Amino acid sequence: MVVRGKAFSSSTCPKVCVVGGGPAGFYTAQHLIKDVQVDVYERLPVPFGLVRFGVAPDHPEVKNVINTFTQTAKHSRCSFYGNVNVGKDVSVGELLQAYHAVILSYGAEGNRSMGVPGEHLAGVYSAKDFVGWYNGLPSCRELNPDLSCDTAMVLGQGNVALDVARILLSPLDFLKKTDITQPALEALAASRVRRVWIVGRRGPMQVACTIKELREMATLPGTRPEMTPADFEGVRDALKDLPRPRKRLTELMMKTALEPPGEKERERWSGASRVWGFRFFRSPVEVLADSGGKKVAAVRLAVNKLEGSGEAAQAVCTGETEDVPCGLVISSIGYKSLPIDAAVPFDPRRAIVPNSMGRVQQVLGLYCSGWVKTGPTGVIATTMNNSFDTARSLMEDLDSGKLDVSAEKPGSLRIAALLEEKGVNPVVFSDWEKIDRLEVSRGEVCGKPREKLLSVEEMLAVARHLIGHFDLQ
Amino acid sequence: MAASAAVRTSMGLTLRLSRVIPDCSTCPLYRLKSCVNSSTSLQRRGSFDSFRTINRHLQTTIGLCGEEDSSTAEDTEEVVNVVYIDRSGRRIPVKAKVGDNVLYLAHKHGIDLEGACEASLACSTCHVYVSDGHFDKLPEPEETEDDMLDMAPMLQENSRLGCQIVLTPELDGIELTLPKITRNFYVDGHVPKPH
Repeated sequence: MVVRGKAFSSSTCPKVCVVGGGPAGFYTAQHLIKDVQVDVYERLPVPFGLVRFGVAPDHPEVKNVINTFTQTAKHSRCSFYGNVNVGKDVSVGELLQAYHAVILSYGAEGNRSMGVPGEHLAGVYSAKDFVGWYNGLPSCRELNPDLSCDTAMVLGQGNVALDVARILLSPLDFLKKTDITQPALEALAASRVRRVWIVGRRGPMQVACTIKELREMATLPGTRPEMTPADFEGVRDALKDLPRPRKRLTELMMKTALEPPGEKERERWSGASRVWGFRFFRSPVEVLADSGGKKVAAVRLAVNKLEGSGEAAQAVCTGETEDVPCGLVISSIGYKSLPIDAAVPFDPRRAIVPNSMGRVQQVLGLYCSGWVKTGPTGVIATTMNNSFDTARSLMEDLDSGKLDVSAEKPGSLRIAALLEEKGVNPVVFSDWEKIDRLEVSRGEVCGKPREKLLSVEEMLAVARHLIGHFDLQ
Repeated sequence: MAASAAVRTSMGLTLRLSRVIPDCSTCPLYRLKSCVNSSTSLQRRGSFDSFRTINRHLQTTIGLCGEEDSSTAEDTEEVVNVVYIDRSGRRIPVKAKVGDNVLYLAHKHGIDLEGACEASLACSTCHVYVSDGHFDKLPEPEETEDDMLDMAPMLQENSRLGCQIVLTPELDGIELTLPKITRNFYVDGHVPKPH
C-alpha cells in the first residue's frame, strides 16, 4: 500500500483513532482510511451523534448522510468501538501511546447558559435537552417537559430554535410518521401550547437561522405568523446591499411578517389555532416565577437597540424592559464543548480545543475536528469541510515526517486490553446493526422509519443479543 | 434491502407496462432521490407529463440504475463530454451520456464530490461552479435548490448543486469546477491557504 510515495506494509500501517462517532468523526475517518487504519471511539453504544440526536425528526433527508458514514464504518481499515468513554474508561494519554495520532471530534455536549436569575426554575429547558428529549438521547429521557401552558418562549433565532418551534406546533399527523420518540409524540399530542415566540436580541437582519427552516415555519399547516411591523423599519432599504443568502432570507421574513396574505394563506390562517412569531431586540434578564415560586410564569425581557449594522451589529440595552407571560421557556443560545481530559489543552473562554488547522500545537500527534475545533456552529456540510481540513493536516504531517509513523503501534489491541481490565465491553459496528434492525422493525409496526431505543441499558442488551432478536423477522 | 434489488431488476419491465403513474415509493431512483422528477414536481404536473417522464427514464442511464447502465457510450449522439475540475485544479475529462446525473457521474469516476443528503436537496455538499456558456442552458433552479445553495461557502453567480444537473445534448463540453477553498470558522482569525 502506497502513501504518497511512501510504501507501508500492512504491519506498519499508520494507526490513528478518532474520539467521537458523529459527523466530524466519520468525515475525518472517511478521508484518512485511504491511507491509514482508523478506529472510531464513541461514548454511546450507537453512532452518528447529532445526526441521530440533533437533526429534527421531520428532516429525514438530512440524515441520509448516515449511509456515507456506514460505508466508512464498514471499510476494511475502519473499526467502530461504541460504549467507550474517553476520559473515563481510557485516557487521551493512553490513546496517544497506542496510536500514531489521535483526533478529537467529540463535539459540544454542554450548553451555553443564559446567566440570568430564575434560569433553573421548572419549565425552563435548554434547547439541547429539549431536542435530545424528542430525539431519544438517553441522558434526556427523564426531561418530561411540561407542555400544559398556552405560551412558549424560545430564546435564540438559529435553526435549533426554529426546529423547537416547529416541533412544538407541527400537526401530529406529520410527526406520527417520523422517528420522533413515542413518549415525545404522546406529550405533544397532549400539549396545550398554542403560541410560540422566537426571541432574539438583535433584528431581522441578524437572525442566524437559514431560509429552509424559515420557509417551513411560514407554511406550517394549522399555524399563522404574528410579528411586529415596526421591527422591520429600514430593512427594505438595506436589502439591495445584502449578499444573496441574507437577502433572500430577509425578503422571505418581510413577506411573512408584513405582506397581507394571499388567498391561499388567508384560508390557512383563518383556520389556524396556533400562532408563532419572531420577537426582535429583546434579551432575557430574568425568569419570573409563579406564586408558588418554583415554576416559570413570565420572562422579563430587556428592550435593545442596534448599534452598527449587518452581521457585526451590536444589541445595546435601552433600559426599558417588558414582562412576557409564558409557561415554557426554551433557551437556544448555543451548545458548548467541554474539556474531556486534563491532558488535553482547552480554552474555556472560547470553549474549544486550541488548534491551528486542526493541529493541537502543544501536543504532537493530537488533532481535532468538528465543533470542538471551531465552536458549535454550522450544518453538516460545514463540519464535513472542517473535518476534511483536519484530515489533510494530518496527512501533510505524515508525509513531511513531522508525524513519525516508523515505529509500529499496538492500536486497538492495547486499548481493548485496557478496557477489558476495567470491565468495559465495546459495541462494534455489527452490534449497532442489530440495534438498527430492531429499531427499524419496531418502527414499521407504527408507520415510522424507526422506533428508537431510549436507554443505554436496552441498547447494550440488544447489542449483546440478550433481547430483541425475537422481534426481527 | 433485498426488496429494492428485486425492484431494480423488474423496474424496467414495470415502467414499460404501466399505463398509470407508478408507485414512486418503491423505485430506487425515487428512494435515492436521483429521480429527476421529485415527488413535488410530479404532483404539480398532470399525469400525462408523468407518463412522458416515465418514457424518459427508459432512455436515460442514471449511474446507480445498474441494469440500464453502460460505462461506454455506444451511440455517439448520446455522448455528452464533461470535464470535472477537482479541488487541486486537475482536469478530469469524462464521456457521459444524455440523462446522466452530474453528482453520480462524478462518483462513478472517482471524483471527490460529496453528496451527503443523496440528492434530496437537504445539503449543499455537491456544490459546483458551471462553465460560462453552459450555465444559462440549465433549467432554472427550484426554490429548494436556491435555498440550499444559499448555505454553500464561496457561492458564485455560476453556482449550482451537482445533484440537480442532468446532462442534455446541448451541455456537451460543460466544465464543472469543485470549489477550492473550504469555509472554516477559524476562531483565531486564521485564513486557510487556498490549495
